[in-house]
Amino acid sequence: MEEEDTRDYGEPCVQCSVVNWGLTDEGRFYCKSCHNVIERTKEVLTSDVVPNTKIQSISRGFRKRKKIDKGWEWYVCEGFQYILKKQAEALQTLGVCPQMKDEILCNFWRRYLQKSKQAYCTTPASYTSKALSISDISTDMDSEPERISIHGLSSFSESDGDLQTESSFGHVSSIGNASARETTSICSGSVDGGSYLLKRKKGNLRMSMPMTLSFCYIALLWLREPVTLSDLLRFVIDGHIPYLNAFQYFPEEMKLYGVDLKIFRVESWPVYEDVHNKMSELAAFLDLPCFPAITDSCFLHPNILCIKYLMEANLPDELHNWTCRVVKKINVGETDFLTLDPVNKSARKVKYDVLAAAIIIVVLKLLFLLDDQYEWLNANFAGKRNQKNKEGCLWFDFKKWYKIIKKSVDVEQKKLDEERARCLWKCEKPLFYSAKEKSVVLKKRQMVVNLQRQFGALSGSMQVAEKQSPSSFQLNWAEENTDGNCFHGHILEGVLQEKGNSLTTMNTKYWLCTVKLCNEKICGQLTHYKESDFPQSYQFVLNLFSFLLRVPASLIHEEVCLIEHKLFKKKLHRK
Amino acid sequence: MDSFVEQLKRGTEEEFTEESAWDGSVVNTTSSSLPAIYLPLLPRYLRHPTTRGRKATEFQETKKACLNYIQDALLQHQWQRAAEFMTNYLETLENTSAEKRMAAPEVIWRIGTEILCHHSKSSIEEFNYFAERMKNLGVKRYLKVCLEHVFHLLCNGLIDDAYQNLSLAEGWRYGEQTAAQDKELKLIQAYKGLLDYYNWDKKRKAMLELDGNFADSVEQEMHSFFRQAAVNLKEIIKIPGVWDPFVKCYVDLLEFYEDYDEVRQVLSEYAYNSKFPPNPNAHVYYYQFLKRQGESKKTLMSVLKILHEIVPSHELMLEYNAMLQKSKKRKNHRLGLEIIFTLLDFAGWKEHVKAWSCLAKQIKQILENSSKHLDWVTEEWNSRKDWWPAFHFSHYLAKRNWQENESLACEKALVAGILLGKDCKYFKYVSHQGCKAKKEKFRTMKKFVKKHSSTHLRASGVLDSCTPL
Repeated sequence: MEEEDTRDYGEPCVQCSVVNWGLTDEGRFYCKSCHNVIERTKEVLTSDVVPNTKIQSISRGFRKRKKIDKGWEWYVCEGFQYILKKQAEALQTLGVCPQMKDEILCNFWRRYLQKSKQAYCTTPASYTSKALSISDISTDMDSEPERISIHGLSSFSESDGDLQTESSFGHVSSIGNASARETTSICSGSVDGGSYLLKRKKGNLRMSMPMTLSFCYIALLWLREPVTLSDLLRFVIDGHIPYLNAFQYFPEEMKLYGVDLKIFRVESWPVYEDVHNKMSELAAFLDLPCFPAITDSCFLHPNILCIKYLMEANLPDELHNWTCRVVKKINVGETDFLTLDPVNKSARKVKYDVLAAAIIIVVLKLLFLLDDQYEWLNANFAGKRNQKNKEGCLWFDFKKWYKIIKKSVDVEQKKLDEERARCLWKCEKPLFYSAKEKSVVLKKRQMVVNLQRQFGALSGSMQVAEKQSPSSFQLNWAEENTDGNCFHGHILEGVLQEKGNSLTTMNTKYWLCTVKLCNEKICGQLTHYKESDFPQSYQFVLNLFSFLLRVPASLIHEEVCLIEHKLFKKKLHRK
Repeated sequence: MDSFVEQLKRGTEEEFTEESAWDGSVVNTTSSSLPAIYLPLLPRYLRHPTTRGRKATEFQETKKACLNYIQDALLQHQWQRAAEFMTNYLETLENTSAEKRMAAPEVIWRIGTEILCHHSKSSIEEFNYFAERMKNLGVKRYLKVCLEHVFHLLCNGLIDDAYQNLSLAEGWRYGEQTAAQDKELKLIQAYKGLLDYYNWDKKRKAMLELDGNFADSVEQEMHSFFRQAAVNLKEIIKIPGVWDPFVKCYVDLLEFYEDYDEVRQVLSEYAYNSKFPPNPNAHVYYYQFLKRQGESKKTLMSVLKILHEIVPSHELMLEYNAMLQKSKKRKNHRLGLEIIFTLLDFAGWKEHVKAWSCLAKQIKQILENSSKHLDWVTEEWNSRKDWWPAFHFSHYLAKRNWQENESLACEKALVAGILLGKDCKYFKYVSHQGCKAKKEKFRTMKKFVKKHSSTHLRASGVLDSCTPL
């Protein structure tokens, strides 16, 4: 408080000629070094708040400290910039191509700032004061707009640690907030936190924590990195990428409180669909050109992802032949289909991982029907045959596969559930809404830490479960395993038959998950998945992939329905 | 925000016009006497059901799951595992939901206490540390936590520590909270009084052992303990409630200083004040005090009468019965019989020799006394004849009683013989066994029963046939 009130009075003290003013209890100025009380009082300063301050505080820039214990004046977008930087760094340590941070993500971010009129533009948006006329500020901003081009900007690395050197932010910061600060800064640490949540202009994308992941994902997609969205989210939840309490990486002087909490505090994990939708919105918002083509040699191509998921689900390699056939039949392997093109609004933004999983499920349905009868009959047959014929390739036995997968998924699921229940959400740097709450919150934090120490000692295992190194695979079925739990090499004899030159399925029937898709606009979704309506085997397979991708089963089910409708398009239309 | 509201408004307006047009047509076709139904407005965003309601945050959900794991672990006595999850659950104190945040300290306190009470690595120091933390956690529960802490210390024999804690808690002041926790404060004081009494009792014993030399100073200390204890105990006893330990100690103190009037007043208040919850012990204490004071039989009996109404199976009922028998009034004899019958209705008395012998004696007396009051027996028996044979007089019980307790079997056989006749299983078995053992008393018993077996007819059969008349 004191600093704020006295900083504008720069006269040296008459007694010791030092400029170090403090306020007495009565609001009078005194010299902190020689304790000389002078005539000036706080009241004199009140006139300072009226019109002229605006200009004054703009010129003051934003390096100045707002209040001694409140740190710098900072803006919400800066906070997100910090978080994005940390996330990009984490991704780099995970092995993502080093271009990602400084070239791709950074430029996307700049473009976002520009498009959302937060920086790099002639008329930056001010969140609070419509009243502020543009002419007031435009003088400062002239030099900026020309600088914007995707590759022509300084990178995150260059601006490391010291955001304030970027002049553009300096301009952003002070606009129109001199008046606003008096009101909003009381309830937020950032300058524009209060107004940030209030409203957004139509077509403007507001940053949020899930949005940071959309940014990461869009950058990964641009680079065609072998990371799916479900992988990305899994790494986030497992703590390999900063997300929860990401604000703790802010510099000490960036104080976070009040409304900022609503923006930066994370109390839920990111939701796949949410991040995905935001990503496609973002791609359109940034007005990006067509993304680099996803060809059949890319990781995200269904043919390759299918291999990965077949391995992870411990299914025979031979099934890959069939997934490829399905992919070809419904044209989801085409570059046009797979490549993200923000301009093409009607094109569905492909969920690569979900698509691949759904293709595998469709193939399983083609081969094994999954109607709770055919697959078991077939399994009995294969089982008996395997017992008789010990040499040669084993036939794929659905029952045995089910038993083994079920067991290990159950174990993993239990582990995962426990792991989730153990999740610690709070960090050492506690958050509080207001200074009033501060002492209570700090006390509580201290209490929690003390008690955690006490019970931690009682639980014996003080060792923090060491972070598992991230892997794209959650289940591992090594071929070398001698326990015979690996099905990769099993053959599909018994479900396939030769017809002419090619193999066809022995099974001649198929059932559709749904005959009619709903209208997304009316229903809100294309399909409605109710577990009990479907055969147990189908549920099991769905849940298996739901576990592997950590997405709701209904999402995969929807994709399965879509594929089926493409696959049986002709037959359905003939009806 | 504005645009959203506008959109909503537009939506509802459209809705409205559609609705009214529809209404008009309906009114035209149906009888106009029926008022048109006005459907509620259906905003556009509610037109299709959405699955995206307001969900609890994952923070809340994981904490809930964590709590479930803790509870499972507690149920299975996996204290270590419980402590492990507890470490992760503690964050709930910082819950963002105010409601949950308020509830958290109590949950933490209770679970933490449970773990610390049972965990093998736990110690009294750990517990003290935890209790201190809990006291700091919320002023609303301060005194409750203090009390529980004291109980734990007492259970571990740390009486001095407990006393110290009670003294601290007694002096706790926290604005309005002190008044809000008035009841807890009273309890704290009462327990402090109890410990004062304990110290007083120790001094009293010490004084009795010392002869003269230091007795004076010890006596001084003892008196000061007495004063402290008496003040606090007296306070708590004034509040309606069940305060048996406090009352006993208080009475003991007062009796030592021979303040009998006060004792009488306290105990009668404790027993008879209708604001207090019904408490058999209150009557017992009062009765015992009166007995010590050598009060008249009449007074004693009036106390026991009320006790009989509350707890007909109380052990003092035998004493009551004996008093009634000694009385000269017939009414009292009748009541005595009723009491002993009621007593034997309770399974706890099934094998009580004295109770059975009382009953046998009383019935015998009535029969020998020219059966003048046989109707008393009949009356009592009528309500029991359906179930007593199976409850008391089965063949199995005869065998078992005979094996375990001959005199019990003998008393019971006499009663059975009279009430059920000489053919009843119990009597037959016991008398047969008795005669085999050639015991004199069985022969006399048999004779007595045979002589009065006619009364059995009157007691059950004849009276039964009389009832229609």
